[in-house]
Amino acid sequence: MTKKIDNTTRYERLRERYMNGDLDRRSFLGLIGAAGLAYGVQTPFAKYANAATVSQVRFDGWGGVVSEALRENAFDPFEAETGIKVVDGTFGGADEYISRVKASQEGEYNIAHLSGVFDYARYHNLGLSTELNEDNIPNLEYVIPKLIDVFRAVTDGKLSCVPYDYGTTGLAYNRKYISDEEMQEKGANILLDPARKGKIAGWSDWRTRMWYAALQTGQNPNDVTDEEACWDAVRAHRDLLLKYWGSGAELMSLLAEEEIHVTEGWSGRIYALQEQGHDIGYMDPPNGFGWQECMFVLKGSPMEACEELLNFMLAPETAIAVAEGQNYPPALDPTKVDLGDKIPTLPAFDPTGKLDGLTFADPEYWNGHEQAWSKEFGRVQKGY
Amino acid sequence: MSVEAREARQPWILLSPALTAIFLLLFVPLLFIVVYSFWLRTSTGADQVGFFLDNWREALSDAFYRDILLFTLKIATITTLVCAVMGYPAAYVIARSKGNKALLLLLLMLPFWISYIIRTMSWINILGVSGALNTALLWLGVINEPIQMLYNQTTVILGLVHFLLPFMILNVFVSLEGIDTNLEDAANSLGATRMQAFWQVTLPLSLPGLAAGGLLCFVLGAGTYITPLVLGGPGDAMFANLVFEAIITQLNWPLGSALSLMLLAVLGALVLIYNRYLGMAQLMKGLG
Repeated sequence: MTKKIDNTTRYERLRERYMNGDLDRRSFLGLIGAAGLAYGVQTPFAKYANAATVSQVRFDGWGGVVSEALRENAFDPFEAETGIKVVDGTFGGADEYISRVKASQEGEYNIAHLSGVFDYARYHNLGLSTELNEDNIPNLEYVIPKLIDVFRAVTDGKLSCVPYDYGTTGLAYNRKYISDEEMQEKGANILLDPARKGKIAGWSDWRTRMWYAALQTGQNPNDVTDEEACWDAVRAHRDLLLKYWGSGAELMSLLAEEEIHVTEGWSGRIYALQEQGHDIGYMDPPNGFGWQECMFVLKGSPMEACEELLNFMLAPETAIAVAEGQNYPPALDPTKVDLGDKIPTLPAFDPTGKLDGLTFADPEYWNGHEQAWSKEFGRVQKGY
Repeated sequence: MSVEAREARQPWILLSPALTAIFLLLFVPLLFIVVYSFWLRTSTGADQVGFFLDNWREALSDAFYRDILLFTLKIATITTLVCAVMGYPAAYVIARSKGNKALLLLLLMLPFWISYIIRTMSWINILGVSGALNTALLWLGVINEPIQMLYNQTTVILGLVHFLLPFMILNVFVSLEGIDTNLEDAANSLGATRMQAFWQVTLPLSLPGLAAGGLLCFVLGAGTYITPLVLGGPGDAMFANLVFEAIITQLNWPLGSALSLMLLAVLGALVLIYNRYLGMAQLMKGLG
């Protein structure tokens, strides 16, 4: 029987022969070089050979408390149970992530925590979607049907993701400086209050800016009729602004350090600040920005391993633990699953499971304006 | 092979690893960027392959890009000047110090052990409303309420100086180290005061280092995007931020490629002008 040896043993034997004088230096270095070359050449193709035995899955999400909740409550137990390693990375937004995916080789990135159906549609239109085998994800039965249906509508009845959580981008304010009554009175227009110049912030995301500009100008965010009025509102907001924030961590830091008194913010992050003891209020204005997040499987990923992970993540005990950690309500239907004590207290939670109280972005409408509005906001943001 | 031929080949053999790396890691990617700059971005975010001049037309004719480029050059110039003024005395002290030179050099290198991003973000803890400086001023009773010091042009320059100062000091230090101190003594013995000896002997001889440090600070400063992102306000974006946004946020790689080449061309032209009029070869020639 032939005994198989690994590369380390091969190198050690070669080195021993060289040290013993059985091999001249030129031959030794030549063989090492040839081995390096052979490894370099075969590596890009090795993934095909290794595809049959999946040892790891790459996951990318929003970082901060969200990543911590997923790592602790989903990935670590999954790794312990299946032996499949979950490598998790972070991004500041879906735009940034899509650039990374575009620059990568197919299969390098596997699962992304995408926000909004508009991102799902955009990734699908770029040819990055897959087709999940729903038989491998039986826990999908616990998910709010409305959340699944909107994704199916984009991908011809199939799914390239599973819904995972939902939340809102509402108004966050420091109660030391702004009362609840003032917030109720002014709503989204608090972000245009000249008296608070230099104490206002905003997310550097063109969708959020235009959504809030629509609210400030009394328009339907999913059907803006006076675009110029919206841009004027975006400019007015910019002129009162201390800083555009670019990540959840920066949002939390600006509020916690009292650099700013009011901004729009992500419901879960604001809840996390409240949990830390900061007196930060949170309010969803009428037609506030609702969104649903999903776990999107990218083209070229090891499907069965990804489906196994998604099913694990959707198991009620896992999804509830993650939701409690990241402070966003899970996509689980509260009429089918007992969500415990904490989740009903989270911002944006809907006990009916119908989500009628939230306004979501119309993916077709927003993706139709993506190119023009993102570019225009890039200029307005810099003072133009 | 003759000895002459072997000697002629030797520099190329020694240079070949570096040249290969530059070719594969700089020249080839640069060619990709050149090709990309002639493509177009479609409404779905996909790229349309072809030869289109639209990105170049936009980058060269739009006042928006020109203004941000001028602002970038202004910030880089101010930063370089501040680095020169602050860096020269520090380099002089290190070069002329006896006994503790190694310690001073180690202290100079210390910032490199910490990530540039972390160093930049540290200013938030120093200058923030709840930062160290405001807290100290409030405690001392100098101010009644915190001063808003962050997120403006000054903090961008401050962050850049923090990042670039060691580069300036090191360049000037190397130059000063190479100057024979007997020259200053000779000047003194011929009747020059210490100040005159510095202005007429030491400073001219150290100009190559100052010039090299200045060039390095200027190019690095003009190409940065982290500092204005972390420490700047809405109106403090620099040109590299536009490249970042075009590529990352707008997924417009073709336009981002054209913009990055535009920045490269401007900085390249400035380096050429610098070498023509202030380059080290010229300085050495002038001093010779």
